[in-house]
Amino acid sequence: MNETSVKQPLFRMIKRDDVTKSQAMCVRLIAVLLSLIVCAAIITGITGESPVNVYLGIINGAFGNPNRIWVTIRETAVLLLIAVGLTPAFRMKFWNIGAEGQILMGGLVSAAWMIYGAEKMPNGILLVFIIISSAAAGMIWGVVPAVFKAYMNTNETLFTLMLNYVAMQIINYAIVFWEKPAGSNTVGIINSASKAGWFPKLLGGTYGLNVLLVLIVTILVTIYMRRSRQGFELSVVGESSRTAEYVKIDVKRVIIRTMMISGAICGLAGAVIVSGSSHTISTSTAGGRGFTAIVVAWMSQFNPIAMLVVSAFFVFMQQGAIQIATQFGLNENASDIITGIILFFMIGAEYFVQYKFRFGRKKEA
Amino acid sequence: MSAIIIFIQQAVGQAVAILFGASGEILIERSGNLNLGIPGVMYMGGISGLMGAFFYENSTENPVPFVGFLVSVMAALIASAIGGLIYSFLTISLRVNQNVVGLSLTTFGVGFGNFFGGSISKLAGGVGQISVKSTASAYTATIPGLSKVPVIGEIFFHYGVMTYVSVIAALILSWFMFHTRTGLNLRAVGESPATADAAGISVMKYKYVATVVGSMISGLGGLYFVMEYLGGTWTNNGFGDRGWLAVALVILALWKPVNAIWGSFLFGALYILYIYVPGLSRGQQELCKMLPYVVTIIVLIITSFRNKLENQPPAGLGQAYFRENR
Repeated sequence: MNETSVKQPLFRMIKRDDVTKSQAMCVRLIAVLLSLIVCAAIITGITGESPVNVYLGIINGAFGNPNRIWVTIRETAVLLLIAVGLTPAFRMKFWNIGAEGQILMGGLVSAAWMIYGAEKMPNGILLVFIIISSAAAGMIWGVVPAVFKAYMNTNETLFTLMLNYVAMQIINYAIVFWEKPAGSNTVGIINSASKAGWFPKLLGGTYGLNVLLVLIVTILVTIYMRRSRQGFELSVVGESSRTAEYVKIDVKRVIIRTMMISGAICGLAGAVIVSGSSHTISTSTAGGRGFTAIVVAWMSQFNPIAMLVVSAFFVFMQQGAIQIATQFGLNENASDIITGIILFFMIGAEYFVQYKFRFGRKKEA
Repeated sequence: MSAIIIFIQQAVGQAVAILFGASGEILIERSGNLNLGIPGVMYMGGISGLMGAFFYENSTENPVPFVGFLVSVMAALIASAIGGLIYSFLTISLRVNQNVVGLSLTTFGVGFGNFFGGSISKLAGGVGQISVKSTASAYTATIPGLSKVPVIGEIFFHYGVMTYVSVIAALILSWFMFHTRTGLNLRAVGESPATADAAGISVMKYKYVATVVGSMISGLGGLYFVMEYLGGTWTNNGFGDRGWLAVALVILALWKPVNAIWGSFLFGALYILYIYVPGLSRGQQELCKMLPYVVTIIVLIITSFRNKLENQPPAGLGQAYFRENR
């Protein structure tokens, strides 16, 4: 489209020198609107329904009744937590695409505590164990590729990606022992009668503790990134590891330390999912959220408020898509298509935040 | 003996889809693009080929297998080229982060495949389960005499046409990359786009063409899986994690298509090994399925450890190129 031909460019792209926040938001809003229009056009094309009905269906799916609102809040909180967890690693330009695996390992440990620890201790203590050990499990899963990156410069993108599937097989292995009823190849709802290891009701809602935990972690990470020496060090490493070495930052240590934090938060997200909402474990416990969160973190430029807004928007569209799928007799994978289209538009928008069109031939920008 | 032959046949059956995916991805990565959207592109190729064949067979009384074959191949190529174009446009023209775009493309592609796979028959007016027997017969047809020859025929000539296409494609790609001028230019673009640009190579053009063509090759892997392996039907998420295995195979193959041929066979064998090892408990079988990924991780570590120059990933892998940013 904007391939610049040598002779006479029809239009050129010019880097914006100063982008105000409102300009940037404006570009992104236009992208969101465009993506909604395209999605509506596609859904209408397939189902023959009017786009207004489709969007009313989406809103109904996300906010239609108190239960749906709570599910939307719960899913937003989890997605935000994972995105927050990924932030320190991405700031360091460490491409941790292994959040799926880190979530699964955290979830696995939580499920193990729920199964083996029930009725041996009070629920409060059990929850403390669940939270600490799930974070530890995610940390271990995250720190292994970091150690290899630090000492051997092993490609972390591919390493963390592979670890996702190792984690999945470990889950499958555990399911063999935990399956209930026997032969179903699923774990079923753990402790559905005693509710041992379940997050208790808090702030008047089933998922109050989920929200509270996520808020605490988000605030802590924001402070860590913006106000602490370690947060500063990791962004220096991200900008240029040579500069970091020059100012005597121990790059290896920073890489390992940052991935320990990142992995631990993703592991904690596993506990929030397993103990706090699904109360079961399967290979789809992470459900692609580790990947979606990457886009959320990247698109929000690591700003926590933006992350909250973007997470909420994605969850809104996904919950809505599930609703319109049942309402109009499509299958639930429609939500992935919609998410994909919105992603393309919002990703593309980031370019237009940085560059602007200039038609005609060379003039001064 | 016959158990070994069946094992080899099954392993090859698993290998072909992965080989297509890896060959395409190698071509893409050689141009400096780390396309994590390949799993999605393979889903898109698979479902589009199936849809093409499905609509063709529903539109005529007596579908000709060969025509169905052509229609499905064309549909798969077009769909995966579109996937590649989306990726190229966003990463090359708009210079957006490649990992982010790739993962989004995978989300989109897998959703695309499952959505249409799950609802195509309903959208087409409720004909029930999709089945394209006639077209699938063109894919599963083997060479009449040769495939019956004991041992040699059973091991080497027992497969449909796509199996041989996958091997030939890998060989051609290998020849292209390492024995032609254009291939040299392509590798230069992947190693150091700035240098290639200075030498008068159009970085944009090479990246675009490599990514789109590579995606088309990968898409054939999805087509093979749906048409030959599943025999012309669709099961949601049936393709599973083979797309990621293809990405993993690129590492095992050290970015050389020839290595991908035996590598894909190794992966295919590891993928189904658990069925053939006697006396494994269910739990041990699950651990056995971990092997392809563990092997990839080990290879990844060894290559970074050995530090041999020709076995490294392309130096420009994952970096967007913008002339004015040098």
